[in-house]
Amino acid sequence: MENTGTIVGVNGNLLTVEFSGVTMQNEVGYAKLGDIRLKCEVIRVRGCRADLQVFESANNLKVGDQIEFTGELLSVELGPGLLTQVFDGLQNPLPELAEQCGFFLKRGVYLKALDREKVWEFTPSAKPGDRLRAGDAVGSVPEGMFRHQIMTPFAWRGEWTLESVASAGSYKVSDTVAEAVNDKGEKRPITMIQTWPVKVAIDCYKEKLLASESMITQTRSIDTFFPVATGGTFCTPGPFGAGKTVLQHSISQNAEADVVIIAACGERAGEVVEILREFPELTDPRTGRSLMDRSIIICNTSSMPVAAREASVYTAVTLAEYYRQMGLNCLLLADSTSRWAQALREMSGRLEEIPGEEAFPAYLESRIAEFYERAGLVRLNNGKLGSVTIGGSVSPAGGNFEEPVTQATLKVVGCFLGLSRERSDARRYPAIHPLDSWSKYKSVVDPAKIEFARTLLRRGNEVNQMMKVVGEEGTNIDDFIIYLKSEFLDYVYLQQNTFDKVDGATSMKRQQYMFAKIDGVLRSGFDFIDRDDAHRYFLELRQLFIDWNYQAFESGEFKDMESAIDAKIKEHLKNA
Amino acid sequence: MRKVYHKIIQISGNVITVEAEDVAYNELAEVTSARGVSLAQVIRLQDNKVFLQVFAGSRGISTNDQVRFLGRPMQVSGSELLLGRVFNGRGEPRDGRPEISDQQIEIGGPSVNPAKRVIPRNMIRTGIPMIDVFNSLVESQKLPIFSVAGEPYNQLLARIALQAEVDVIILGGMGLKYDDYLFFRNTLDEKGALSRTVMFVHTAADPVVECLLVPDMALAVAESYALNGKRVLVLLTDMTNFADALKEIAITMEQIPANRGYPGDLYSQLASRYEKAVDFDGAGSITILAVTTMPGDDVTHPVPDNTGYITEGQFYLRNGRIEPFGSLSRLKQNVNSRTREDHRAIMDTMIRFYADFKETLEKQSMGFQMSAWDKKLLKYGAMFEAKMMDLSVNIPLEEALDAGWKMLADCFDRTECGIKSDLVNKFWPKK
Repeated sequence: MENTGTIVGVNGNLLTVEFSGVTMQNEVGYAKLGDIRLKCEVIRVRGCRADLQVFESANNLKVGDQIEFTGELLSVELGPGLLTQVFDGLQNPLPELAEQCGFFLKRGVYLKALDREKVWEFTPSAKPGDRLRAGDAVGSVPEGMFRHQIMTPFAWRGEWTLESVASAGSYKVSDTVAEAVNDKGEKRPITMIQTWPVKVAIDCYKEKLLASESMITQTRSIDTFFPVATGGTFCTPGPFGAGKTVLQHSISQNAEADVVIIAACGERAGEVVEILREFPELTDPRTGRSLMDRSIIICNTSSMPVAAREASVYTAVTLAEYYRQMGLNCLLLADSTSRWAQALREMSGRLEEIPGEEAFPAYLESRIAEFYERAGLVRLNNGKLGSVTIGGSVSPAGGNFEEPVTQATLKVVGCFLGLSRERSDARRYPAIHPLDSWSKYKSVVDPAKIEFARTLLRRGNEVNQMMKVVGEEGTNIDDFIIYLKSEFLDYVYLQQNTFDKVDGATSMKRQQYMFAKIDGVLRSGFDFIDRDDAHRYFLELRQLFIDWNYQAFESGEFKDMESAIDAKIKEHLKNA
Repeated sequence: MRKVYHKIIQISGNVITVEAEDVAYNELAEVTSARGVSLAQVIRLQDNKVFLQVFAGSRGISTNDQVRFLGRPMQVSGSELLLGRVFNGRGEPRDGRPEISDQQIEIGGPSVNPAKRVIPRNMIRTGIPMIDVFNSLVESQKLPIFSVAGEPYNQLLARIALQAEVDVIILGGMGLKYDDYLFFRNTLDEKGALSRTVMFVHTAADPVVECLLVPDMALAVAESYALNGKRVLVLLTDMTNFADALKEIAITMEQIPANRGYPGDLYSQLASRYEKAVDFDGAGSITILAVTTMPGDDVTHPVPDNTGYITEGQFYLRNGRIEPFGSLSRLKQNVNSRTREDHRAIMDTMIRFYADFKETLEKQSMGFQMSAWDKKLLKYGAMFEAKMMDLSVNIPLEEALDAGWKMLADCFDRTECGIKSDLVNKFWPKK
């Protein structure tokens, strides 16, 4: 039976609708406006009235206009052909929209996420008679550099027996490639495409495991000091201009993940354009292919409708979970989760809910937790491992980390990379604060060495504070050397030039090698005549190390500079 | 003929409520009262109740005044005839000349598909060294000037507008002092730029709500010109007044305030305006320069704070100068590698020395002894402030770079600058 309703109120992008039949929380409906249909989602039901958020501008809607309910939750399409695509928050492919509508995003135009005409080379892997559960593969198609597994729909319950499977050959996504029957004798077709509600986590796996392997991002201060685990979570809060987006771009390019999903959520369109135009040109050094080949971009920029912004992070994480089901390591970068939280706040305000801190809804924390908990390393039904790693940037109001979104995020993530205004003003990039940040994951470098280095940084900072009061003259030389060492560590290791090909990406091996050398310097005793002597020496040493950073690892120049460095270190060694 | 409604059931702040049927969200209406006719816009529908914000304000509106719905949202003409004209916050002529009604376009239209944008590539030259050399303005950039009351931000805007190589200038004034309005008009007129300018001016004396439409009208006109291949510069002053008008309406509508009384959607509201800045793939561009006054010089105030997260950098105007620290053009990397080979080196070196100078000043004020190096820095700092930072300096980029080299040569030795040797050999002034 067709379920419909009538609009009785419009307030911003919130519609109040009187319905006659049955409705469901988070059900999708369409508001009819002339010959266009605007997508909406039920977010509250009271008596015979439901509140719906519209994923478009609500302009020109009238009291009395009709709503059609679909009986389905907000879902995305999953299947081969997702990689390299650029979607909006509701999974509309943006380049195709541009082809159809021109410069502007037209209301009420929804396109299929997956190309129905494209032909894929299917190879069966299961045979008739095989027992299947949701998520088990029946075959695969090549998608770029991966074997894209065609899986039993995640929504199917219980065990199924494969009745037939298509022979190897070319098929379109909506062609039936297999048929299965369950114990009750119900027979269903399997195609290459399936849908899944975005706000529900895909749970077709055996067990969730502890995330313990490091995911190399090739950013030194992250991998060495504040590591991120494969299947873990991290957040990068920072005031505007501290370099959140540059850091995320750098991670998206250099991280050792199979699939990278970028959710540009409520941020500048210009930044997305940079990714859109640059990624296809950049090659991934690990595979030699274009970076775009391993990426999906979900783009709902700040001027696009707010409700779709709320949906965009869920769309992104669902796509990540889908590729995880194939045994791949997926990295989801959401920039910025604060904008998503603000979308929640806007809707909560319109619903006239009792507000929590800074007018954020009371359920803010649980929503944030729910989102980050969708990350994880899992053992799939076939024994393989797959993972989703989530990194969210946070844009705290006024750069103050005490605000609700940052605090709620810190509770649930495994790694905190706090970006500081102080460091970015001093052009010390990446501006990850070495004293405030923390990580619960395992570093690629010996923890004892890290602890030593961090203590030194802390001591150096204390000496620096003291020096501001008593001047250099009033500082004793031992303290002064500690300060110089901490500055040395900062300049040659923590700071990194993201825009340089070599310095911007430091492999794990190189980090371990470099850090061993630096650790040696930090632990050495030096003899200097006076402070000026020490100052000059460390400046020279620093310059050598910085030049060394720009040389390709294990190249001829790299080795030459290393011997120059070794010679320099010996100059003032105490017991040399 | 559309129906006229006579029963206003509620007047609260500048929002009135009538009982009416078949009214569309965001539609316009005319409210006729003893004081004249005012436009109003539908901001909420609830059963048969229609909430309207009255642009001229609700003062003098009586419960039996006429409300006539126009069946269309707010529109503005996108015609070329607008050039040289001045309009008020309702889009009516302020200059006593006839109305323009052809090529009506809706304001507040949908956002541009990111797939149809291109990476900004063209620098806009302003003749101000603090901008051209240190934080280049780029076509299609959105950039606010953070300032406080009393600073010459409108003068700065007018100067940039006059010197920038753009086809059309559109000024959106919100809560502008009448003097400032006259200043803009006269300055543009004197320099012969009025004929390529369109002005939408809401003065401080006009009803507050009227200023809400100004950015949307200015940007809608800009968009229609840009689609015709024009390079458009939009000046918006002062966006804090716009945000305050939003706050007023939100509070009247009993919305729950988020931060210091501002509505929770302040970010989205500001972003939907600023994001109109665009470089179209295959058409013109829109560049937005805005003024945001910071109440109490506090950058963490919700308006500058949200603005900073939206825009591509910011200029701090303090003590009549553009501050080198804090000011940032996020797009400068896109252009300053292709101006002159020494541009980046001069930019970095001069700023570094100026930062060192500031440290030396601190040391000096604390009574520490000044070394020979400190004295060099003091000399440099004074020179930098007089010859680069002063807003009266008006020279093209190349001259500014040359002046930079001269300043370095006057204060330091070649080796002290840390600039790559081939650049020093080429550009170091010969005595």
